[in-house]
This record gives sequence, C-alpha cells and structure tokens, in this order.
Amino acid sequence: MTTPALGSAIEPHAELFPHDADVGVRGIGPTRDSAFEQAALALTSAVTDPAGIASQEAIEVTCEAPDDAYLLVDWLNALIYEMSVRRLVFGRFAVSIEGNRLYGRAWGEPVDRARHMPTVEPKGATLTALKVVVRDDGAWVAQCIVDV
Amino acid sequence: MDLSRLHRISNWQWRVDPEGKMRVPAVLYGDEGLIAEMDDKVLEQIGNVACLPGIVDAAYTMPDAHWGYGFPIGGVAAFDPDGGGVVSAGGVGFDISCGVRTLLTGLKRQDLESCKEALADSLFRTIPAGVGSTGKIVLDEIEMDRMLEGGARWAIGQGYGRAEDLDRIEEHGCIPGARPEAVSHRARQRQREEMGTLGSGNHYLEVQEVTAISDDGAAAAFGLARGDVVVSIHCGSRGLGHQIGTEFLREMALTAPAHGISLPDLELACAPIRSEIGQRFLGAMRSGINCALANRQILTDLTRRVFAHFFPEAALPVLFDVSHNTCKEEDHETGSGRRRLFVHRKGATRAFGAGRPDLPAAFAATGQPVFIGGSMGTPSAIMVGAALRPEQAFASSCHGAGRRLSRHQASKRWRGRQVVDELRERGIIIKSPSMRGIAEEAPGAYKDSTAVVETAHLAGLSRKVATLEPLICIKG
Repeated sequence: MTTPALGSAIEPHAELFPHDADVGVRGIGPTRDSAFEQAALALTSAVTDPAGIASQEAIEVTCEAPDDAYLLVDWLNALIYEMSVRRLVFGRFAVSIEGNRLYGRAWGEPVDRARHMPTVEPKGATLTALKVVVRDDGAWVAQCIVDV
Repeated sequence: MDLSRLHRISNWQWRVDPEGKMRVPAVLYGDEGLIAEMDDKVLEQIGNVACLPGIVDAAYTMPDAHWGYGFPIGGVAAFDPDGGGVVSAGGVGFDISCGVRTLLTGLKRQDLESCKEALADSLFRTIPAGVGSTGKIVLDEIEMDRMLEGGARWAIGQGYGRAEDLDRIEEHGCIPGARPEAVSHRARQRQREEMGTLGSGNHYLEVQEVTAISDDGAAAAFGLARGDVVVSIHCGSRGLGHQIGTEFLREMALTAPAHGISLPDLELACAPIRSEIGQRFLGAMRSGINCALANRQILTDLTRRVFAHFFPEAALPVLFDVSHNTCKEEDHETGSGRRRLFVHRKGATRAFGAGRPDLPAAFAATGQPVFIGGSMGTPSAIMVGAALRPEQAFASSCHGAGRRLSRHQASKRWRGRQVVDELRERGIIIKSPSMRGIAEEAPGAYKDSTAVVETAHLAGLSRKVATLEPLICIKG
C-alpha cells in the first residue's frame, strides 16, 4: 500500500479575498500548476461567473520571471492584457511551469454584456499580498491583489 | 486603527514620529471617527512610504485614506531629486491621472424633470461604459503619438470640444514632458479602442444638482448656484495607463536593489528620479496623463452632444478638470526652504490656493476647484484650494468618500436591482450594464462623504463650496 503524496487530496479551488478598494484572487491546488490555474479562475470570477463562459476560443501565453511570485503576477497580467485587447473572458485554464517559465492556455469567448454581466475590468495584478507558497497540508497557494 | 500609536496634533491631524527605517514622520488627516475606522494597513503603508529615499517633510494621508497597494489610497508624498529622491509607479497607481471633470449646464433641476428618463437613456446609449465597451475612435500609431503628446489639446484639434476648455483643465490640458516612445506596444494596444470610454468599477458620469452652497464668493466665481445642474465625469487613462503601471511596477521592483533601494513593500517599486528608468517612467506616466485628459475631453464632447438634443442652448462649459493619481513636478515651501519636488498624489487631489502662479487665470483669485466624489446615493462636493501658509500636505486634499466595505463584502450584502430600485424611489436614476457592479458600488459600501469633506475643510486642506446630489448616474 502506498501513501498518497502530501497535498494530493487537495481539491483545486478558486477564492476571492477582501481588499478595501480592489479584490484579492487566490488559487489553491495540489500542485503549483493547479494553483496558478485556479488563481486565473479567481481572476475571472471577479469579473463574471466562470461557469457561464463557453470555450469557443483559445489563446496561448508564455511568461518568464525570476521567481514564482513574479511568475504569478506575469501570468495574471498576461491574461488581463488578452482580456482587454481581445475583449474576451476566459473560463478554463491550463498551466505548465518548467523552471522559471510558464506555458499557459486559456479558453473563453467574446464578452457578451447581456449574458456575462461583467462587473469590473481588471486593471492589473499587483505585488500586494502576493505569495506562492506550499501550506502545511501540502496545498499550493497562489494569490495577489488585483486592481479593478 | 489603533489610535494609541498616534500623537494627536489637532482634532483633525495625527502624527507618527519616525521609527525604524522611517526617514520622516507620517501625518494623517481625519477626525477621530474617520481615523478609528481606517484599517491598520493604512498606517503600515504610509509608514513604509516614509522610508523611501529623498522624501521631504512627511508622508501624508487624506481623510478618505484606505488600504491601497504600496501607497495607501489617499496618500501624498514629495521627493527631492537633489536629495536622491525617487519616483514610484506604485505611488501613482495603475489608473494614471484618474480624475474628475465637472461641466456646468446653466440648467436648473426643474428643467430636467420632463426629460430626465430620456436624458438618462440617451447618456447611457452614448457614453461607452463597462467591461467590453469600445469607443468610436480607433487610433493608428501616428495619431496615438499625437494624442500622448497633446492630451486634451489633441482631442480639441480633432473636433472634440472647444479651445476655451483648455483654460479649465490642469496643465492647460497637456502636461509637458510626455515621451510617447516610452509607452510600450502593449500599452498602445490596450488603448487602441478605448478612447472616449468611461471604464468600470467606481468610474461614472453623473448628472447632479447643487443642493447647498457653503461659500458664496467661491461658488459665484465657479458659476454655481443652488438648484443648478452640473455633470461630473470620473475616469482615467484606461488600458494605456493600466499597462504602463503594470510594466513599470515590475521593472522598478526588480531594479530597485541595483539602485541601492531597499523596498519595505514591493509595491512601493520606485527608482531615483535622475535614473534612466525614473526618467523613462516620468515620460510614460505623463503620456498617460495626456491620455486621461484626452479621454475626458472626448467624453465631454459626447455629453454635450446628448445635452444639445434636449437643451440646444446648453453649452456645458468646463468648470474644471482635476486628476487624483499623479506625480507632478511642483515648487513648494519645505522645512528647508523652497524646493522643486516630485509630488505623488495617489487618490488625492491637488488643491492649490489663491495666488499660486501655476493656477489657470480663472482661479488665480479663488484657488482651484477640488472635486470630492460621493457615491451613487450620497453627496459629492466641490471645494476650493485653501490659501493657507504653510500649505497643508503639499497643497493636497481628498478625492472621494473612500470605501468602508470591500467589493466582496458589498456584493454579499446588496443586490444590484435592490440598490437601483431604492435609489429610484429617491429620484436617482442609475444606468449600468452590470447589476453586480452596482451592488459592489452600493452607497453603503462607502464612507460618509460628508464627514470626509467636513474634515478636509476643518483641517485646512480645502474649503467647502458646494454640495452636489446625484440625479442620474451612468456607471461602468
């Protein structure tokens, strides 16, 4: 009988956490890749319900940064840029991190204001409350404040 | 906030003496109630600002201060380039030159009664607002450069407004020193379809009634009387400013150690004013300021077109246009004489008093108008820069009510439809593409703007002139 790896039982999930004027996004998962995917999902949930987004289009993102924390900020800012320029919302994400390089895919569709009822447009992911850490239970946590 | 950590200077001013790495004291403006209600993070953040190189006299917070990122929102700090002073992307914020422009209409509230609903609908159709909205102007690279250098002057040259508007805008509608080449391709791409758009979140276009006058002389000079209708536009530099902030924040955070700067908080990312990156940021940020001024100019033109349909005689002259997320080069009297400083105001408004040489001629005798935004259901205020000597907080005042509840808390407490219906019963029409956005911006999510204005007045940051109540609000 083998013992499951620490953190493998963690259910990936996305959270928003409060900030006075803006919004905190947090991704939690059994791996770093998963936590980054969930952080992106949290970013979307600050704008609209991710469950209501169809996967009609896919975009690819590559980021490189000196450490995990900057990599998270770069990943979220790359998504914010794509949302802004392409007028898309994303509901599904896949991340693969190798060393200090992130390869990401995001699936979504053009913003439909009547159906998505978007709340706010994210301006940028900040360095505030920024952390990418492994909790005692083995879960990866990736979070920061996003200016909206 | 734990008041025991502060020394009370007056009923409206509190001080924290330098401790640890703080180079100067922190000074907080606010009555006891406002200060007590502030998050402890405000104190932590302004204490961190006080640690930055080249800071002069003190780091200040305004009565509406709240937890930001790096600088608190409502933070003011000035830096001396001769003293190794820095310029900070985090001290300006992502929404570069976000600000308020107020237009006079020459109308009274009763003039609106017969067409208020139609006017609201027409404004909502005409003013691009909310996530995914685009403007009708798409700029190519050459025109983008001209806009970034020319600001509102460029917009007027394109037919969006009148030359006399420039006399009523900070920097006469165009801040010098912009360097469009310092603005990245990605920042330009984000702006390509966003000229003349309002944005989302706390940005708005509001039709308001002047319900009270506190200073007859200043009100008359500003062209305000009780019962008047005005229009206030709150927005900034849109995607271009956001991207400039994003890029320089990262670059300054990563390069700070190379400049010998130890950042107490990464978000205070900064660089020496006289460094290559410092100068490049100033050039890009000033381009962002011009973008915001051009954006508000285009929105002014759109607003005038709507009003002209209902009120052909209404010219909608500009009262004034103020920015509240900036770093500007200004002369100030300091504890060590008159110096040329780089004044960061993040969620704070410049509030020059009478006699300042850099004021527009129209306000030389009164001081400049200062606009304090309320919420969809609570009053806004027009104040005037105080002519106190010495000036308070480098001639700065507050910019809004400040949030009491986070967006998260607000959306749990209110439903957008409920907020719209309650405000309609009070005669306020709300138009927005997002009901959840309205819930997050519910009046109850904001502090009492009246207390903020009263404190700013009593503390001598600026003087009360007029109170404005919302009639129509277009929210992004």
